[in-house]
Amino acid sequence: MRGKIMTLILSLLVFFGTGSASFAVNPDEMLDDPVLEKRAREISKNLRCLVCQNENIDESNADLARDLRILLRERLKAGDTDEEAVQYLVDRYGEYVLLKPRFGLHTLLLWTGPFIVLLIGGLGLYYTRRRMQQNAAAARIEADLTEEEKKRLQELLKSESETAAKTP
Amino acid sequence: MIVELGHFALVLALATAIYLTVVPIYGAQVGSARLMNVAAPAAGVLFLLTLLSFLSLVNAYVVSDFSVLNVWANSHTDKPLLYKITGVWGNHEGSMLLWVLILTLYGLAVALFSGNLPASLRARVLGVLGAVCVGFLLYIVTVSNPFERIPLDRAPVQGRGLNPILQDPALAAHPPLLYAGYVGFSVTFAFAIAALMEGKVDAAWARWVRPWTLAAWMFLTAGIAMGSWWAYYELGWGGWWFWDPVENASFMPWLAGVALLHSAIVVEKRNSLKVWTVLLAIVSFSLSLIGTFLVRSGVLSSVHAFAVDPERGVFILSLLVFFIGGSLFLYAIRANTLRTGGTFAPISREGALVVNNLLMSAATAAVFIGTLFPLVYEAVTGGGKITVGAPYFNLTFGILIMPLLLLIPVGPMLSWKRADLLPALQRLWVAAVAALIVAFFVVLWVDHRAFKAALGIGVGVWIVVGAIAEMLQRAMLFKAPLKVVLKRLATMPGQMLGMTLAHLGVGLVVMGAIISSTWKQELITSARPGETLKLAGFEITFLDESKVRGPDYVAEQARFQVKKDGRVLGIVTSEKRTFAGRAGMPTTEVGLMYFPTGDLYVAIGDKDSKGRVVRIYFNPFVYFLWLGAAFMVVGGITSLLDRRFRVGVPDRQKIPASAQPAQ
Repeated sequence: MRGKIMTLILSLLVFFGTGSASFAVNPDEMLDDPVLEKRAREISKNLRCLVCQNENIDESNADLARDLRILLRERLKAGDTDEEAVQYLVDRYGEYVLLKPRFGLHTLLLWTGPFIVLLIGGLGLYYTRRRMQQNAAAARIEADLTEEEKKRLQELLKSESETAAKTP
Repeated sequence: MIVELGHFALVLALATAIYLTVVPIYGAQVGSARLMNVAAPAAGVLFLLTLLSFLSLVNAYVVSDFSVLNVWANSHTDKPLLYKITGVWGNHEGSMLLWVLILTLYGLAVALFSGNLPASLRARVLGVLGAVCVGFLLYIVTVSNPFERIPLDRAPVQGRGLNPILQDPALAAHPPLLYAGYVGFSVTFAFAIAALMEGKVDAAWARWVRPWTLAAWMFLTAGIAMGSWWAYYELGWGGWWFWDPVENASFMPWLAGVALLHSAIVVEKRNSLKVWTVLLAIVSFSLSLIGTFLVRSGVLSSVHAFAVDPERGVFILSLLVFFIGGSLFLYAIRANTLRTGGTFAPISREGALVVNNLLMSAATAAVFIGTLFPLVYEAVTGGGKITVGAPYFNLTFGILIMPLLLLIPVGPMLSWKRADLLPALQRLWVAAVAALIVAFFVVLWVDHRAFKAALGIGVGVWIVVGAIAEMLQRAMLFKAPLKVVLKRLATMPGQMLGMTLAHLGVGLVVMGAIISSTWKQELITSARPGETLKLAGFEITFLDESKVRGPDYVAEQARFQVKKDGRVLGIVTSEKRTFAGRAGMPTTEVGLMYFPTGDLYVAIGDKDSKGRVVRIYFNPFVYFLWLGAAFMVVGGITSLLDRRFRVGVPDRQKIPASAQPAQ
């Protein structure tokens, strides 16, 4: 039954940490070197706390997020570049740890999808408009004709379709 | 006994809903006035039965009847009355009941206000609403029963307590507002389906649809804003939007609703874009359904969560397939019966509204794809996991929404049918100059490196000044005597004024978002009472800490004195609360002090070897976000009060309701 009692907001709880006592990035984890610490904070914002939902490790209250924050700082202290530090975590935890998935065949639809929608919409618009213009033009031409001309046009169209029907 | 009565009323409501669905729609099909006329009274009965059921659940909460499983799991005798009541919708089962209650209330409202609709359209609209009710009531009655009892001999004497995070006024009001928004789109949906059945969409139809869309969108705006405000002051680090799936679930119908609002204008004024508008109405409601259900089924966290609760999951999935698939199928076979009218040049008011729709749809698609991609990925790759987070949304959504933001002031300057871009842009010179000045000011004096942020703020100024300029030009400022201008301003149609306010609100949100995220200042440290911390020109002295006791919680409270330039500005208190029955989830009460330039935000954490963890933030102009949302809501209300919306109200002037005849 516990699993069933889930609400829109209850599920928020899952996202915002499981209620462990720690609480986003803590002063005791921070590096003394402000430049390094700033880099760590920036990188943290793009790394996912694995047990939370779509929450980055910088904001997460979960213990695991704390471990990841400390691990990341250790890598930076050891002299890793930003990319190396991130790659180190990806090697250990998989691409799942990245909040911004890498562009590739497996994420092609993700990255191009919205723009494909835009393209399809734009094309649809173009063709709808062209069709509407043609309809309007046809209506206008018809309106410009006198009664006599209309009659002749009808006859012409009719005879043409008849000849078309006769030719095998 | 009252609980059983509520349960019984719920089953009766289901029967009534089935009746409401079948009889009027059949009546409309065969043209029987008698059968069609039962729709309105049935909608009334349905509402009363659902209300009875809901009130009996509320009663169970108020008297703390812990023999009801739902009450036991979510309430506590020590809870203040307000949170006993809001606890009703602080859980899955109760909130679904609230959903249906709001739905039946909308049904009643439609029944009451639709007296002058064509009889068959009215019967069909109410019938479709009834069908939506059937789906939800069936779900509640079969797999999500809030009235389930615990056998009396085993009934506990104390409840487990409401989730502490929910014990907050903003979050108490958040679900009802959000639901009023979601459910509001069901009315638009019902109109769309009824139109497909009738094979007719005209300006009168659009005039009916627009207020309902507007109402739904307004509630959704208020609900989302409240949720984001709550996150801001409750979560303890000053964030206000996270692009998490739950937020996205409410954001998608909001975006689709914006598109729908704009395309309905074209149907109403120009009798064009009908087929597209009907589709948008279906999409908005579908996104609302997906929003409600995907969040509730737990499927968003993982496909596995779905399997934990297969009964509900399958039901939810079937409902989605039935409503979304069914309506799209109906659309596919019937849409061509709706004639399109009114052509227009690409550069025209219609053209601008179409571009709005195009970009809005693509932006909605970005949110949709990003939210559901991990799910689909997991299902397709057989358990492969991938994360799509804030950086993705900021990038894709940002790219798609920027051109739209730039176009906001331009659209209203264009005339219907055919317009010239150059004069429209010329009329916006004030806005352009203001935007450039502000952007240059930011780069030159505030922050040399914040080039992108300066551009963003420029866009915000462009929207705000553009909206005001449009309104003043409409009032003929500098072209007519001041008296005339004032009179024109005072008698400006609510729709126009509403548009100005809402667009202005968008500009404010843009500015608030960019300024607060670019120049947020923070200080995270440990401190002992007596120490003084400095941030953003403030001197914040940690005065003392103590333990305080609330009705159903104990809290560690810390007080801070705030000084600036040697002047004491006041004291902020920050708390960490632990609630009865839920010891594992401490919540934070942030201390906030508001200034015209932003908020000072103080939160406390745990104790460590160097004292207590203190987080202080200065969030510049973050209140623009909520101010902007308020402008949008007020704009919506202003537009709703427009006399022209009130069909049937005699017009003051002898001019027909729509000034521009439909072509």
